[in-house]
Amino acid sequence: MKLKKNISVLDQHDKFGFWGGKFGGNFVPETLKKPINDLEALFDKLKKNKKFLSERDYYFKNWVGAPTRFIKLSNLTKHVGGAEIWSKVVSDANGGAHKIYNATVHCLLAKKSGKRIICGDTGAGYAGKMLSMAAKKFGLKCKIFMGAKDIKRQQPNVKAIKSNGAEIIPVYSGSQTLVDAVSECMRFWVANCDTTAMCVGSTVGPNIFVKICGWSTSQISRELKIQILNEFGKIPKRLKLYNCVGGGSSSFGFWHEFMDYNKKQVEFIGVEAGGPSKSKKHAAPLTYGSKVGVLHGAAQYVNQNLEGQIEETESISAGLDYPGVSPLHCFLKDTKRARYTAASDEDALKAFKIVSKYESIRPSLEPSHAFSVAISEAKKLSKNTIVIVNSCGDAYKDRKILKKKLGVKL
Amino acid sequence: MINAISKAFNLAKKESRPALLTYTVAGDNTKKNSLKILKAISKYADICEVGFPHNTPIADGGQIQTSSFRAIKNGVKIKDVFKIVKDFKLSEFSKPVILMGYFNMVLQYGQNKFLNDCKKNKIDGLIIVDLPWPENKKFANRCKKRSISFVQLISPTTSKNRLSSIIKESHNMIYYISMLSTTGGKLKVSPKKIILNYKKIKRINPKKNCVIGFGITEKSISKLKSADGLVVGSAICKEITSSLNNGQNPVTKVSNMVKKLKNKIL
Repeated sequence: MKLKKNISVLDQHDKFGFWGGKFGGNFVPETLKKPINDLEALFDKLKKNKKFLSERDYYFKNWVGAPTRFIKLSNLTKHVGGAEIWSKVVSDANGGAHKIYNATVHCLLAKKSGKRIICGDTGAGYAGKMLSMAAKKFGLKCKIFMGAKDIKRQQPNVKAIKSNGAEIIPVYSGSQTLVDAVSECMRFWVANCDTTAMCVGSTVGPNIFVKICGWSTSQISRELKIQILNEFGKIPKRLKLYNCVGGGSSSFGFWHEFMDYNKKQVEFIGVEAGGPSKSKKHAAPLTYGSKVGVLHGAAQYVNQNLEGQIEETESISAGLDYPGVSPLHCFLKDTKRARYTAASDEDALKAFKIVSKYESIRPSLEPSHAFSVAISEAKKLSKNTIVIVNSCGDAYKDRKILKKKLGVKL
Repeated sequence: MINAISKAFNLAKKESRPALLTYTVAGDNTKKNSLKILKAISKYADICEVGFPHNTPIADGGQIQTSSFRAIKNGVKIKDVFKIVKDFKLSEFSKPVILMGYFNMVLQYGQNKFLNDCKKNKIDGLIIVDLPWPENKKFANRCKKRSISFVQLISPTTSKNRLSSIIKESHNMIYYISMLSTTGGKLKVSPKKIILNYKKIKRINPKKNCVIGFGITEKSISKLKSADGLVVGSAICKEITSSLNNGQNPVTKVSNMVKKLKNKIL
């Protein structure tokens, strides 16, 4: 398995939609073949269309608020004592997280295809919140599928979704988290694909949804590359990009523009959710060597039992609480372009405490996983190494959990 | 390919009626009961579809999900599914059996091992819900080599070009999905319209047996009886659930229901 240069990873799949011949694809019911083919044709046409690109850029700039900040975390750097620690504060984006990029593009596509309704899944509630914002902005009716357990633990985002006029459909099947929300959303699309567009909330699902999402979040690294050049005059000799990985949309977008650099110069570190340190359950299929299986229309490393039943996950962060992972990350793992590791619930909480103590940013529990690994590795790295952590979500949505676990009031 | 499935269709045709296909989940509500249900309904059903339950089904509605979760909770494994079918096929009540499920289960079991075990346990056909054409070409060929029918699905959204290719590569049975829906949805298309679409398939190749499924109940079944075969699944699963809720025997309840269904298409 090999990664090609000078061609976007997004386009390095075969005619059946597989990256590296084994990750991704389209394992979907016959009914979805046509809407998926239609979406592929529309996206292939529009991504080369200058007018569409400038429309996207217009909304990213004026509505999402591009570029998000790229800041040095001087106090944290001093405290850790090692590499220089920086952050790309993607939580600056309208709505408070990277999910806005994918939601905006899906709503633009839905408008072009003449659909009036858009449905989407959500775990932490960010994908749902952003989709409801974008749907409102572009005049689409919106339905959000969310696990009943997640509805309980992510109330601020639930309220936001409702205030944007979207309908929340609670999902009570299975573990009542993201995996069930995605299944239910896909089932809804099977039954309504003639009138409704679907937005998959991460770089997961059938091939085209992986591509649209990765293409959308790549805005993060497009901005970052310019900001790095402005700051350092060149791409530093030792650059390490840390990002949490659930489905993998923010990390892919954070890395995309740096894909062709040698990994000794620009290293990618993906941090999965290891779950509670005392629990055997986790949401880290790449780190803990899960087997390749099919989930939500795509082949990927996924937590499952010997029979192929998808296993329940456990993580303090609803956004990372997913048994599978993007086919793109499976491909980056097997081609050894990216390195993957996990942080536990406790690690993430500790990292949140440290970062918010020393700096004025407050990463949500998802990026706190990335901060945890970045901080512990930065200690051992030379001073001329640049560590950048994508702070892809704001902790406001986690305030109930943070209050309970750390006694912190947000 | 003349196997037991073709024979079942031929028999129904001789009697000028559609074949009745039932769908139940292996192990629902227990391993024993699901075998008993198969034996009890075989008097009326022509072909039995047996689901191997998956916990992340993307094309099933509430009724089949409930049955699947019940079976998984009861600890049903693939080997139990094979055992139930084997016991059914060896009994005096034997009917052609089509296994139905999702590809990940087959993948984890091993594709060849799965097909060999299907052959060994006298399974006649397979429906893999999330393995559409052309992705299913290789797998369908592997089935053919073992004289197992791979059943292709066709939906109202299937384009004209796909339609011809799928029919051409289908074996002896095609499954037409009546409407845009997960299994067991309310029939939102008129039976007339469904038969019209069905006829489009038959016109391309009248020799292929084509069944209609999704959303068929006691109410609607008689209006669709010009088809080669009709599948009832969710309505049966629902009957199991309600009989359990009411403290009734699911075996007799389901058996009575299938008897009624059969009477409506005679």
